[in-house]
Amino acid sequence: MKNTISERIADFLKTFPPFSNLMKKQLDTLSEEVTIIYKEKNSFVFNVGESAHHQFYVVHKGAIALWDKEEKTVLDICDEGDIFGLRPLMAHENYRLTAKSEEETILYAIPIEKFRPYIKENRRVADFLVESFASNTRNPYDKTNRGQLLGDALQSNSKNNTPLLDLQLVDFSGNIVSATEQTSVKSIAEKMTSKGIGAMLIEKEGLPIGIITDKDLRNKIATGEHSISAKAKSIMSSPVITYPTKLTITQAQMAMMKSNISHLVLTEDGTVHSKAVGILSKHDIMLSLGNNPAVLVKAIKRTNKAEEIKPLRNGVMNLLRGYLEQNIPLTLTSKIISELNDACIKRVVELSLEQMDSGPPVKFAWLAMGSQGRSEQLLHTDQDNALLFEDVPDSKFDKTRDYFLKLARFITVGLNTIGYEYCPADMMGSNPKWCNSLSGFKKMTSKWITNPGPDEVLLSSIFFDYNRVYGDKKLVSKLSHYIFDTVEQYPIFLTHLASGALMNPSPSGFFREFLVEQDGVHKDFFDLKLRALMPLVDAARVLILSRNIPDISNTWERYEKMAELESNNKELFLACSYATKALLRFRTKQGLANNDSGRYINLEQLNKEEKMKLKRTFKTIKQIQEVLNVRFMVSRIR
Amino acid sequence: MGVKKEHLPEFWKNYEASFKEEIPQNIADVSFVVLDTETTGFSLKKDRMLSIGALRLQNSSILAKDAFEVFLEQTTFDEKTVEIHGILKKGKVKRIQELEGLKILLKLLENNAVIVAHHVGFDIGMINEALIRHGMSKLLNKSLDTAVLFNRSLPRVKRKTDGHYSLDVLCEEFNISKTDRHTALGDAYITAIAFLRILDKLKPVSLEKLLKKDRFWEFWKTF
Repeated sequence: MKNTISERIADFLKTFPPFSNLMKKQLDTLSEEVTIIYKEKNSFVFNVGESAHHQFYVVHKGAIALWDKEEKTVLDICDEGDIFGLRPLMAHENYRLTAKSEEETILYAIPIEKFRPYIKENRRVADFLVESFASNTRNPYDKTNRGQLLGDALQSNSKNNTPLLDLQLVDFSGNIVSATEQTSVKSIAEKMTSKGIGAMLIEKEGLPIGIITDKDLRNKIATGEHSISAKAKSIMSSPVITYPTKLTITQAQMAMMKSNISHLVLTEDGTVHSKAVGILSKHDIMLSLGNNPAVLVKAIKRTNKAEEIKPLRNGVMNLLRGYLEQNIPLTLTSKIISELNDACIKRVVELSLEQMDSGPPVKFAWLAMGSQGRSEQLLHTDQDNALLFEDVPDSKFDKTRDYFLKLARFITVGLNTIGYEYCPADMMGSNPKWCNSLSGFKKMTSKWITNPGPDEVLLSSIFFDYNRVYGDKKLVSKLSHYIFDTVEQYPIFLTHLASGALMNPSPSGFFREFLVEQDGVHKDFFDLKLRALMPLVDAARVLILSRNIPDISNTWERYEKMAELESNNKELFLACSYATKALLRFRTKQGLANNDSGRYINLEQLNKEEKMKLKRTFKTIKQIQEVLNVRFMVSRIR
Repeated sequence: MGVKKEHLPEFWKNYEASFKEEIPQNIADVSFVVLDTETTGFSLKKDRMLSIGALRLQNSSILAKDAFEVFLEQTTFDEKTVEIHGILKKGKVKRIQELEGLKILLKLLENNAVIVAHHVGFDIGMINEALIRHGMSKLLNKSLDTAVLFNRSLPRVKRKTDGHYSLDVLCEEFNISKTDRHTALGDAYITAIAFLRILDKLKPVSLEKLLKKDRFWEFWKTF
């Protein structure tokens, strides 16, 4: 006789230790002895002091909480594949804990007498049990780890990716700015200021003969020791200390320490008798080490071309990777990374302005939309942006818009150069639709708010998270206030927005299965963005709009604000804030590990803990969606 | 046609005799047998069972060992339904005689077990036809229909008047894996989990109350 049921039990058990150590035949035999037990939510499997059952349990679906004696604290939560209730059987004692279902659960009960022989004959099974009893934390999701949701499972494999500093070659600027012995100190200082550099090389007949640094100007000119009209020759350090270009970071640091200098001159053959090819500063080294956001910001500000920003963005990514590895709180991480991203964009805007023939005719602002606007964009993704300019008389409108469209094109090209993909939906400032005057944007947004169809809701959900990256603050704030006032007048818009937020149902159904994509290239992948992050992001937007709170575009900050405003829902809102951070951290880690946007998750690649941790956020999503549904009476428009 | 009374098989006599005891009223004490049949078609008279899958469910527990699935030898065969259940008349699986299959089933149904199935009337009708063909009588067990009970578990406004829900609907509602859908035991297992979920919702105080909820019960029996 065929027994599909015991076959399925075996299929399940074989993926988890210690059953994974059994031979197929042993497992098949064992599976036939299993009892499948269904537990309603909050029902007991066993109680403290109860004499041990003749079986132990494996969670098939759902979750079982193990409580201490007084049922005061949860000591452990057993999830899919976790074993519990085995130790009392081995030690021949009564249960020391109470096991109670956290949610509806299906258990596999395995008779100890049928399992005991395998412990005796299979060493790996025995080892596993000994180990899990000894550590007392078969399930690492215990109290001490609870704070580190979506913690460091990825840490070990990414750590080795950073090349050893000792082997990493220095990256130096090849654009040498040089002067001659006869150049005046004043003009040297002017040039250093305009180029934003800290040292000037002095050459004679194409060969390096000396160097003047900021320090020389301070010590020799500002003190009055030499006059400002002095020639370079009189204050330069000479001869220069030169090195070959193939220098590792450590060697360069050693060289600077040894000679107590801040700049090394790199020459073709490493001696003063060949042409200088680059100057290496302490600052460059720090940059190579890439562990200092302040240094990066400075470097970004110093760039002269978008191409120069690109390598700095790699530094930003290294920084991000390091932060994630060190489990720096995500709030801080995202703040720093967003600052750096903003600094890059800002610099691109500045550089684009330089490319224009004239200055902007009126005040304007460059807005980041979507995730960048919410400061939740840690990985490079698409650019979503808009350009907002001050109102001008109708007669001047076309000319003004043409100017800004041209500027926006420079900006979007620049952003693309530094690693932001073009927006496939063309939501970019270079599109006339997204390059408009204040009243133009007012008109557009009020149209969305008064006639909210699915497209309008989608557009609002992207646009309303804007954040000013560059330009006039007042202009942006005028738009924000206008939007909030209009929303207040048309509360039905919130219902539509809420309905849009509920478009993506929470990612799990009964038993918290992952809903995976049904078709397309990402078939059977879990869409982390759509299924988990977006529902939270969308919900936060509706809530904060309904509370008429402008100027907070970040999702977890929105939830924190909501928690502050509504103390009765505080717990849920804080859970949402937490879940958002956890999911973003998770997405970012996935993205860094797979070198993509981290959006689609291959569930098979996740280990059990990661899956469980992900699933824990789903409950929160479900709850917040229920709140939206009720609060904004979504059913009346559906 | 048929066998005379005195020639009734031994297993039927045992089955019949086991019904003397009272059926327990406490839901946890009731022995439910969740079953499903795969058939050559939907006509009770013309079509035949190709397989029977059944499991015992008591006190929210299923003992894997108790579950069984048998494939039956049949001469009637409908190519159209092969697409659904994938059972070919002379497929590779080991087949047994229908009478043998009934014997195994009746053993499980002894002692007042309550039959649970999705659209239970059809399965019971099929089994009854087979029993009668072999000279026995209709099943004595009480039965419950998960389709009807599911309908009852919904808020009044959401209920369907015809009470028709496919097992797939229940799978989706309760997020039950469809891996073994359209195998007799696979469907029986799905039905069992759905049944447990429905019980959780209905929370009947006694078996009697539960049977009452299954309003179409008498109607299906005439099927």
